[in-house]
Amino acid sequence: MTGPKEDKVGDIHSYLDEFEDIPGTRVFTAKRARQGYHLNQFAMSLMKPENRERWKADERAYLDEWKLSEEQKQAVLDRDYNRLLDLGGNIYFLSKIFSTDGKSFLQAVSTMSGMSLEDYQAMMLAGGRSPEGLRSLKDRK
Amino acid sequence: MARITAGVTTSHIPALGAAIDLGKTGDEYWRPAFAGYEWTKAWEAEQKPDVVVLVYNDHASAFDMKVIPTFAIGCAEEFKPADEGWGPRPVPVVEGHADLAWHIAQSLILEEFDMTIINEMDVDHGLTVPLSLMFGQPEKWPVKVIPLAVNVVTYPPPSGNRCWALGEAIARAVASFPEDLNVQVWGTGGMSHQLQGPRAGLINAEWDNSFIDRLEGDTQELRHIPHIEYLRETGSEGIEMVMWLVMRGALGRATRILHRHYHVPASNTAVGHVVLEPVP
Repeated sequence: MTGPKEDKVGDIHSYLDEFEDIPGTRVFTAKRARQGYHLNQFAMSLMKPENRERWKADERAYLDEWKLSEEQKQAVLDRDYNRLLDLGGNIYFLSKIFSTDGKSFLQAVSTMSGMSLEDYQAMMLAGGRSPEGLRSLKDRK
Repeated sequence: MARITAGVTTSHIPALGAAIDLGKTGDEYWRPAFAGYEWTKAWEAEQKPDVVVLVYNDHASAFDMKVIPTFAIGCAEEFKPADEGWGPRPVPVVEGHADLAWHIAQSLILEEFDMTIINEMDVDHGLTVPLSLMFGQPEKWPVKVIPLAVNVVTYPPPSGNRCWALGEAIARAVASFPEDLNVQVWGTGGMSHQLQGPRAGLINAEWDNSFIDRLEGDTQELRHIPHIEYLRETGSEGIEMVMWLVMRGALGRATRILHRHYHVPASNTAVGHVVLEPVP
């Protein structure tokens, strides 16, 4: 039997580096969490009905109350979820934005995949996206 | 004495909760996803557990970015369903078991698991969807629940090995609680899914089923799967499966599968559901 010690991650740098080797994926690391702190907290604020109302009345004015970069604000206004992931957004926080828009996870997630909602849904019904060729950037070269 | 009689795992996909709340479980799309829970509903009605230790993750509902506990245990008398942006789910308030929860919290800390203790918290779909899947739509939930929230959102989450060891410590804590209680441990989340980026929609049925296979028996292989394998093989949100290992660890040396169910898709996700019992 293997003891707990053997499971410990030896080197934090290689642990984190490996995350950058997954195609089409942004792992929510501390670096991203720091970059996206205010963006995610803004999204979180939409859980309160009174905030949702103010947000819907004037999105730009509501965003200006938060310490977001101009890029982040523009990506929110554009509902550009891949861009928001690049700017430190996390999907569970960003979900408050699309839920306020009345959109489901399926609808919002399909926009990130570069497919139409119909094509994405058809892919899911057919068993989802295969991991073949999508495990590692290195394997693709 | 209190005793752990069984373990249950299930995905906690929010769309499953919505389908139940909106009366759509008989629709063509949803029927096969829900069919696999019928066996368990009947079994739970016979088993009548007193308490469920329910391992789940909060999805930016009770915890925001201000505080990120790795392991948090809910010690309150009750937990209200959270408003996740479209109003709270129309489900009963979740009743806690504060005596057992505090006993487990204290025992775990003495065993060197540095738990965060939560005295006030709303619970989101991660916790309420599994209750709906196992118990349907009652006026009042038929069990008391001890929520055990695991951080699987901000990296690094705890290792699979640490989750397994936490389950083992929970089992020892339950066994030293003087009241005669029938306790189940549930591990929720998963299976393969990726909700972000161009790789969204990833599903790996082969890997998922191999994971289920290895929940049974006395193998300890699952505790050694590194985070990167979950990410590559099961999508960025597949990491939730480390929470199943808390359940597996709590069942002790060996297990037997009583029931298993696997279905693709529910929204973006592979539904996995297993019922296990400890083999002494």
